[in-house]
Amino acid sequence: MSQDASLSQHSTSAPSAPQAPKSIAELKQIAAQVRRDIVRMVHAVNSGHPGGSLGCTDLLVALYFRIMKHDPSFQMDGKGEDLFFLSNGHISPVLYSVLARAGYFPVSELSTFRKLNSRLQGHPATHEHLPGIRIASGSLGQGLSVATGTAQAKKLNGDDRRVYVLMGDGELEEGQVWEAAMYAPHHKVDNLIAIVDRNGQQIDGSTDEIGGLGNLRAKFEAFGWRVLEADGNQFETLLPALEEANSLCGQGVPVMLLMDTQMGYGVDFMMGSHKWHGVAPNDEQLEKALQQLMVETYGDY
Amino acid sequence: MKDFPYTESKDTRSGFGVGLHELGKTNPNVVALTADLTGSLKMDAFKKDFPERFFQVGIAEANMMGLAAGMTIGGKIPFTGTFANFSTGRVYDQIRQSIAYSGKNVKICASHAGVTLGEDGATHQILEDVGMMKMLPHMCVINPCDFNQTKAATIAIADYEGPVYLRFGRPVVPNFTPADQKFEIGKAVMLNEGADVSIFATGHLVWKAILAGHILAEKGIDVEIINIHTIKPLDAQAILTSARKTRCVVTAEEHQMNGGLGDSVAQLLAREEPLPLEMVAVNDSFGESGTPDQLMEKYGLMENDIVKAVEKVLARKAK
Repeated sequence: MSQDASLSQHSTSAPSAPQAPKSIAELKQIAAQVRRDIVRMVHAVNSGHPGGSLGCTDLLVALYFRIMKHDPSFQMDGKGEDLFFLSNGHISPVLYSVLARAGYFPVSELSTFRKLNSRLQGHPATHEHLPGIRIASGSLGQGLSVATGTAQAKKLNGDDRRVYVLMGDGELEEGQVWEAAMYAPHHKVDNLIAIVDRNGQQIDGSTDEIGGLGNLRAKFEAFGWRVLEADGNQFETLLPALEEANSLCGQGVPVMLLMDTQMGYGVDFMMGSHKWHGVAPNDEQLEKALQQLMVETYGDY
Repeated sequence: MKDFPYTESKDTRSGFGVGLHELGKTNPNVVALTADLTGSLKMDAFKKDFPERFFQVGIAEANMMGLAAGMTIGGKIPFTGTFANFSTGRVYDQIRQSIAYSGKNVKICASHAGVTLGEDGATHQILEDVGMMKMLPHMCVINPCDFNQTKAATIAIADYEGPVYLRFGRPVVPNFTPADQKFEIGKAVMLNEGADVSIFATGHLVWKAILAGHILAEKGIDVEIINIHTIKPLDAQAILTSARKTRCVVTAEEHQMNGGLGDSVAQLLAREEPLPLEMVAVNDSFGESGTPDQLMEKYGLMENDIVKAVEKVLARKAK
C-alpha cells in the first residue's frame, strides 16, 4: 500500500499544519487504517487492549480529523485549541495511531508501542514527552476531573475552545467520576464535553453483570448534565451528535455524550464480547483481521 | 547556645494563608482549591480578594487533585488546601498518576499534619505523609517550622516548576525565624553551631530542638541545630558537613520514624558516613485524642525526648 503524505508522516518530516476536515468517505478510510495500526501494534508485542481501541476508533478519527481545532506541532498548554483527554488510558493504541496519523509524531514510531525506551508507553504518559499527550492515564476514574480542571483554566484564560474527555463505561464504577460529575454542572463548566464509551463490557464480563450501571442518562441528568446519545460506530450518527454537543456548549451546563459502541468493531471475531478487552491476536488472527480492514489510500507503518 | 527571641506565637497554617494571599496579589496564574476547609486552611483572604481564582471543590479530594492537575494545562499554578491526611493518603493514586508522573506544577498544601491536630484523634492525625510523598519520584517535600517560614515557603514554591508537598500544622508555636527571610528550597538552615552533637529537626520539632539545646547547654553539651525544612531534596552537604564535625546525630520530627526525615538522614549516613544516630519520632504507632501538648508528650516528641536522645547518642559516640 502506498503512503499518503497528507495522512501519515515520514520519520524525517516536520509536524504538519492542522489539516482540513475530512469527508465521511475519507474518515472511513482513515478509521480502517487506524484499525489496521491497532491490531498490528498489539500483535507485535502480544499485549495491549484491542477491543476498546477498535470500538472507539470512529470517535477519535472524527474528533481529530473533523471536529476539533488542534495543532499537531503540540504545545502542552494548548491555548486556542480544542483538547482531548483519554481517561480510559488502556485504549492507548487508538490514541497513538490517531495522533501519529494526524501528524503529531512519525507513524513509524507506532512500531515501538510497549517496547523498552519507547515514548509509546502501555498507558499514555507525558513522562517521555510524546506529542499529543497532556496527562498520564490508565488508573481509571481520573480523566473527568483533569478535563474539568483544564476547561476551567481555559475559561480563566479567556480561551473559547472546548475540552473533550473519553471514559469507559466500566470506568464509571470509580467513585471519583461522580465527584467530578457533581462538580462540573455546579461550577457551570460549559466548555466540557464528556463522552462515555458505552460498549457494555469490562474485563470480568458485561457491565450489567459486574457494575450495574443502570440508566446512565437519568443518572447524569440528575447530576445536571445535558445528555446526548449516539451510535459511536457510524459517522452518520456520531458526527451530528458531536456537532450538537459543540452547539450546546456555552449554555451554563456541561455536555455528556453516551456513545454506544461495539468492543472490537471492524473485526468480526473480536466483536460482541469482553474476550478481546486485553488480549492480542496471534499471527493467524492478525491476518484474518487485516483482511477485514482493507484500505485503498493509506499505508501501514 | 544562641537565643531565639520572638514576640508572638502563631500557627503555621496562618503563614500559609498569608503567603497565599500575597501570591494572589503578585502572581495572576496562582489559583487555589479547597475541599470544604477554607477556614481551617486560612484561605479566606485569598477567596475574598480573588474569587475568580478560588475553587470550592466540596468534600471530594480525589476530584480536587485531578482538577488541579488539569488546571496546570493552560499555565495555572494550583495550590490545593486540605488536611494532610486528605492531601496524601486519601488521594495517593491521584497524586501519583495525574500530578507526579505527569509532572504537573501542583502545590499540595497540607495542614493539621501530625499529632498536634489534637482532639480529633488518629483518624485525622497523619504521621505517614512525608514518607508517602518523598517516595514519589521528583516530588519536593517541605515542612517549615513557624509562621514566617511557612509564609516564605508558600511564596517560594510558586516559582518552583514541579509538584510540591508543603506540610504545616494547626498549633500555635513561637514565630522566631526572620519575617524577611528568603526561603531556599533544599537549603538547610544553620540555627546554632556546636561541636558535640548534630540535631537535624523539621517542622514543629525545630523549636523543641532549640529548647533542648538550652537544657543541654546547661549540662555543658554544645549542640549544633540545623533546620531541615526541605526533606526532599535533602541538603546532603549540610548534613554531612555537620555530622563529620560532631560525629553523632539526632533527628527530630512529628512523623513516623519509618519514612520520615530520620529515615532520609539514616540512608545518607549509611551510604556516606556511618555514625551513631538516634531518631525522635513516632515509633510505629497511630495517635489518639488529646490536647496537642499531651500528645507530643505521650508520643515522645518533647524537648526532654530530644535531650534523652542526645545523651544516648553521645554515649554511643566514638571516644
